[in-house]
Amino acid sequence: MKYIDEYRDADAVGRLADRLATEVTRPWTIMEICGGQTHAIVRFGIDELLPDGVTLVHGPGCPVCVTSAATIDAALDLAARPDVIFCSFGDMLRVPGSKMDLLTIRAGGGDVRTVYSPMDAVGIAQDNPEKKVVFFAIGFETTAPTTAMAVYYAARENIGNFSLLVSHVLVIPAMEAILSSPESSINGFLAAGHVCTVTGYNAYHAVAEKYRTPIVVTGFEPLDLMRGIYACVRQLESGKYEVDNQYARAVRPEGNIPALNTIDRVFEICDREWRGLGTIPHSGLKLKNEYAGHDAELIFNVKPVISAESSVCISGRILQGAAKPPQCPAFGKQCTPEHPLGATMVSSEGACAAYYRYRPSHNRKE
Amino acid sequence: MCIAVPGQIKSITGGDPMELRGVVDFGGVEREIMLSFAPEAKIGDWVLVHAGFAITIIDEDSARQTLADFDQILGEADANGEPH
Amino acid sequence: MTEKKIFNPVCPIPISDYPVVLMAHGGGGTLTGQLIDKLFMAAFDSSQLEARTDSALLTVDRNRLAFTTDSFVVSPLFFPGGDIGSLAVYGTINDLATSGARPLYLSAGFIIEEGLAMATLWEIALSMATAARAAGIAIVTGDTKVVERGKGDGVYINTSGIGIIDHNLDIGPACIRPGDVVMVNGDIGRHGMAIMAARESLGFKSRIESDAASLSSMVQLLIRAEFEIHCLRDLTRGGLASAANELAATAGVTIEFEEPKIPVDEAVAGFCEVLGIDVCHSACEGRMMIILPETQAPQCLQALKNHDLGRGAAVIGRVTEAASAPVILVNAMGTRRILSMLSGEQLPRIC
Repeated sequence: MKYIDEYRDADAVGRLADRLATEVTRPWTIMEICGGQTHAIVRFGIDELLPDGVTLVHGPGCPVCVTSAATIDAALDLAARPDVIFCSFGDMLRVPGSKMDLLTIRAGGGDVRTVYSPMDAVGIAQDNPEKKVVFFAIGFETTAPTTAMAVYYAARENIGNFSLLVSHVLVIPAMEAILSSPESSINGFLAAGHVCTVTGYNAYHAVAEKYRTPIVVTGFEPLDLMRGIYACVRQLESGKYEVDNQYARAVRPEGNIPALNTIDRVFEICDREWRGLGTIPHSGLKLKNEYAGHDAELIFNVKPVISAESSVCISGRILQGAAKPPQCPAFGKQCTPEHPLGATMVSSEGACAAYYRYRPSHNRKE
Repeated sequence: MCIAVPGQIKSITGGDPMELRGVVDFGGVEREIMLSFAPEAKIGDWVLVHAGFAITIIDEDSARQTLADFDQILGEADANGEPH
Repeated sequence: MTEKKIFNPVCPIPISDYPVVLMAHGGGGTLTGQLIDKLFMAAFDSSQLEARTDSALLTVDRNRLAFTTDSFVVSPLFFPGGDIGSLAVYGTINDLATSGARPLYLSAGFIIEEGLAMATLWEIALSMATAARAAGIAIVTGDTKVVERGKGDGVYINTSGIGIIDHNLDIGPACIRPGDVVMVNGDIGRHGMAIMAARESLGFKSRIESDAASLSSMVQLLIRAEFEIHCLRDLTRGGLASAANELAATAGVTIEFEEPKIPVDEAVAGFCEVLGIDVCHSACEGRMMIILPETQAPQCLQALKNHDLGRGAAVIGRVTEAASAPVILVNAMGTRRILSMLSGEQLPRIC
């Protein structure tokens, strides 16, 4: 496919890795924040091509993984109601709350549907006026405009039986939480290219400056990833900490203005609990008051609950880049993709799931 | 973080940005997607699609430039006589 | 074996797993395997089941027979490249054929939902008849049940089949040897993506057609040509990944695929990217792995390519001694990763 195949040129990736090796003089630790990039890195074995001095750690950029167990429990309650059609992206269905997952609710008779787009859920609401249709609005800034548009459209068209259970999260507060953690060993960041198509990267300048950390906007194909890593290492080697866009075919500095406007129209910033990381101030989005009629939390009077998380699981440290999956005692034993204990195993994009799925040896040296 | 896949716009319908839709081809699979966030997109443009929305128009010149840059970086390596 | 309790009042699947059956238990992945291992195998306890072949191989009066059964639940009933009727015939024929048998007789059981249009049922029956005739097999017995409206997706079909093994080759997982090469008779993943595209709820349109077909004549051709086939396995739900994992685990070997050599149609690849699905997990209904000694590979590949269903055949990997994982994929970058079974149900991903 165009814009995919030419960025999977194995020869060019290998040569760029060789080139990188000649420029590394010290060990560097780089975090790719985005789970989609984690997935691609492990799928294509990009980290195995890197010279010894360059280590990648996997950040909390998987929205499915970081959705709190309490929010999932709320979703399960809603999905089990006979008057509700609960719509979700497919990968959220397997994620356990404190006890079970949406697949189990569906098996028990709950009407749980997988949709490709939030707009499809609006269509389901129009087709089923006697039911209440709830869409599970998860995701970072890439996804937020799509759910914002769904609710904006529903409000405009008076589709009163459509609501959102919102658990959107924001990238920059998570990056700052990681950078300011005493455990942080991150020297540089690969910023998530697809989030940046929406947000742009102007806001990253202050972060790069404050933490003296280079941030490179990076795409998702092997050549894009290697290029992002190369650009990041080059900055580190020369003592720079700038924001650099290596995904220029998709990302503009100012981002996507219509998408950002739609987010602003519908959502406002709130504190958000992240699974494995705890509550991060100003790190989430919630519906504005004028959309209260489409807010599932208010409509169904969802009570906040504190959900217990596994005591063995170290997903919080993995999300911060302070540990790698094989270091967890439960990894591949009690905790597998079929029975995930924590955030990073639940989505196929999570760091633990990616390791479990793709690594020939789980005991290899890290 | 988010799957977004390149596809090419085959047709466009609707004028109001909220109703602006297009059929996008992903190498032989088509779907109607929202163009609300890419209102300036034209038929034949390539867009990145996430959750049924075009989130950005792919810039052909930048795409070409990226590949040209590689040749340059790798060319430097070759000129320095480094192995590959 | 004699010590084994045959009745256990507690369900042997730990309650911590899933207390109820999920869709994923029928997905052909890890949960299906778990259901079979821990529940059915525990309950039925027969040596033929332990062999883990697609068909039971039975010796009756010195005749070697293959016997198999399969049920078909597919929505929509009609999809590009086929329908539930032809699928039900081909699926069972392929299980027999890849056991090395020549398919002879088929049964057909129908569970029909009240309200299904008679014309639809007629169309399905005709499609079964056409498929059976083309594959040279007779449908010789059947059964019909009707369930209340709302309790079935139009129609479910079960077919069972008997075939005869009229050659001296030993074909099965136990014959796989390190050094063998692995071939496939064409591009993978088409059936799964054709069905996914035909589901209105996802809203996609494609030119992807199911690969549903009878593999019998091709298998017979290979057997008659006296290739020293070690194992055949048709790729069904769970795709190449699940079939390879099952074989590798049963044979106690590792199968190593070279990802760039695995044939995939462009539209199938594109659709997999869009949905975030690994094409190796996508179902096929007219594809099989052929495992045989390396020395025979070139001639066998040529023989496959001369057959209608083998034009896209390719050598995609080899068998090694058991390594760190049952199935390993070497990608274009030259790095290696585990190719695991489909884990649960195939769900479109957003991230």
